[in-house]
Amino acid sequence: MALTTTVTRTGGSAVPPSAARRRRRAAETRAGYTFLTPWLIGFFGLTAGPMLASLYLAFTDYNLFAPPELVGFDNFRMLFEDPRFLQSAKVTGTYVLLGTPIKLVAALAVAMLLNNSRRGQGLYRSVFYAPSLIGASVSIAIVWKAMFIDRGVVDRIGQGIGIDWGGWVGDPGKTMPMFILLTVWQFGAPMVIFLAGLKQVPTELYEAAAVDGAGPVRKFFRITLPMLSPVIFFNLLLETIHSFQIFASAFIISDGTGGPAGSTLFYTLYLYMRGFQDFRMGYASAMAWVLVVVVGLLTLLFFRSSRFWVHYSGEAK
Amino acid sequence: MSIDHAVVGTAGGLQAEPGPGLPSHEQSRALRRRTRTRSRAGSVLFHTFVLAVTAVILYPALWMLMSAFKPTSEIVGNVSLWPESPSFANFATALDGIGGVSFWTFVWNSTLLAAGSVIGIVLSASVSAYAFARIDFPGRKVWFALMIATLLLPFHVVIIPQYIVFNSLGLVNTYVPLLLGKFLAAEAFFVFLMVQFMRNLPRELDEAARIDGAGHLRIFTAIMLPLMKPAIVTSSIFAFIWSWNDFFGPLLYLKSPDLYPLPIALRIFVDQTSTSDYGAQIAMAVLALVPVLLFFLVFQRYLVAGVATQGLKG
Repeated sequence: MALTTTVTRTGGSAVPPSAARRRRRAAETRAGYTFLTPWLIGFFGLTAGPMLASLYLAFTDYNLFAPPELVGFDNFRMLFEDPRFLQSAKVTGTYVLLGTPIKLVAALAVAMLLNNSRRGQGLYRSVFYAPSLIGASVSIAIVWKAMFIDRGVVDRIGQGIGIDWGGWVGDPGKTMPMFILLTVWQFGAPMVIFLAGLKQVPTELYEAAAVDGAGPVRKFFRITLPMLSPVIFFNLLLETIHSFQIFASAFIISDGTGGPAGSTLFYTLYLYMRGFQDFRMGYASAMAWVLVVVVGLLTLLFFRSSRFWVHYSGEAK
Repeated sequence: MSIDHAVVGTAGGLQAEPGPGLPSHEQSRALRRRTRTRSRAGSVLFHTFVLAVTAVILYPALWMLMSAFKPTSEIVGNVSLWPESPSFANFATALDGIGGVSFWTFVWNSTLLAAGSVIGIVLSASVSAYAFARIDFPGRKVWFALMIATLLLPFHVVIIPQYIVFNSLGLVNTYVPLLLGKFLAAEAFFVFLMVQFMRNLPRELDEAARIDGAGHLRIFTAIMLPLMKPAIVTSSIFAFIWSWNDFFGPLLYLKSPDLYPLPIALRIFVDQTSTSDYGAQIAMAVLALVPVLLFFLVFQRYLVAGVATQGLKG
C-alpha cells in the first residue's frame, strides 16, 4: 500500500503539476460515476425513492384505486390498537429473541467442535451448511409441516421417548418451537463464518495460555470469545435482521392465515395481508416503517454496545 | 496438528522448568504412545458426536427424499426412512402439472428467472464493485456506506411503492419487477462480496496496466474480470439458488399460472390436492429442490468459501 502511494506521488510530480493532476482527477471522477451508474439508478429508483414514497404513504389512506388521502398519524394510532398487529409484533419478537441466540450458540458450538485437524472436517462443514440453502424454501416448509402434524413423525418420535406431544402445526403453543427448530436447523451459514473466524485465532495464544495453566473454560472465555467477538457481532447483526424477514415458511405452514390462533402471524405475513390482500397500502407502509425504525434502533444498539464487547486485534484497548 | 501443538506446548513448559534434563528415551516413547492412544480415543469420540449431529441434520432431508417414493398412507407418522414398496407414482402425479399447465412450464419459468438473475447480478455487481474497490472519486465513501446500509434494510419498506409503480406501468404479471433490481445491483450482498474479493487482488496489477496506458474499462475487463472468477462463480450460484427459491417476489407480481415459477406452483399444488396427499406434494417438493442440490454438490466449496469470507473484515 505504502509503496503504491509513493509510486503514484513521484509519477504525479514528474509531470508538470496541477493541470495534469486536475485532469486526471476529473477523469477518475467520471470513471467512478460511470461504473457506479447502475447501482446509483437502483439506489435512487428502487431503494431511496420508494423509501420516501412509503414514508409518505404511511400518513395516508390508500387502496391503489382512489388517490391517497392524507390522514396524519391515524395509521400509526390504529396500529397500536390493532390486536392482530400487536400479535404479529409479539410473534416476530419472540421468534427473533429466542431463535437467533439459539441458532448462534448451536453454530458456535459446532464450529468449535469442527475446528481441529481431524479428517472429514470439510465434508461435515458442507453437510451442515446445506440446510441454510434450502431451509427458507417452500419445499422445506411443506416437509416441515408434514413432519410436525398430528400423528406425524415428530409426534411418533416423542411417543418413542415417552412424551405425548400431539400435533405441533395445530397447537398454538407449539408452533413457535416448530419455527425455532426450523431456523436452528439452518445454523450452517453462521457456523461457516464462525469456523473461518476461529481459524484466524493465533494458536500461540492457546499455547501461551496452556503454559500458564489455563483450562479449556478459561481459554474459551479469555481467548476464543474476545478474539471471535467481531465475527459474533457480524453474525448477530445479520441473523437478527434476517430473522425479522421470515415469510415463505410461515405462509406455507399456516396456509397463508397466520393461524392457529394467530400463533404464526409473523410481521411480514401480516404486512402482506394488509397491503396486498386488503389493499390497505397506507396501513402496510406504516407497518413497514415501524419495522425499519425497530431494526434501525436495534442496529444502532448493536453498534453502540460493540465498543464494550467487540475487540479488534491490534487496537489499543 | 492439534496434537503436535499440545506436545510442543508441554515440551516448552518442561524446558522452562529449571532442573530436570531432557526426558529419557523410554519416557518420551511412553509419552508418545499415550498421546497417540488419547488422540485415537478423542478421534472416535469426535466422529461419534459429529456423526450424531449429521444424522439429526440430515434426517428431515432424507425423510423428505424417501417419502417421495412411499404411498401417502405410508408417509405420515412413518419414522422409518426405507419405503416398503417403493414406487414412482407420486412423481407421476407431480409431473401431471396443475390446471392444464405442465410441470415443465414451471421448471422453465424458474430457469428463466434464475438465469436472468445470474446475468443481471454478475454484470451489475461486478461493475459497481469495481467502482467501490478500485476507483478513487469524491463521494465514494458515502455511497459505500449507503450500500452497506441497504444490506441491513428490511426490504418491506420498498415493496409497496415499487408495487404501485410497477402496477401503474402495467408491469405486474411480467418478469420485469422480479429482474430489474438484479440488473441495478439492488442486492448489496453481491456488491459487498465482490468488493471484498477485489480488495484482496494486488493493486500493483492496476498500477502496471495504468502505466502501460490502460484506462479503467481495459483494467476492468482485461485484468479484474478474469481474476474475479471465483467471486463470480460464488455470486452466480447464490443468485441462482436464491432466485430459484424465491417465493415472495413471484407471489406478489405473478398472476397467471403459465408464468409461475416452481415455488408458487408448489403452493398452488398443495392448495389443490386434498390435504392428505402428502406423497405427491413431497415428490414435487423434491423435484423443485433437485437443481439446488446439484449446484450444492458441484460447487459446495465455492459456496462455503463465499460465506466464510463474508464475516471477516466485515
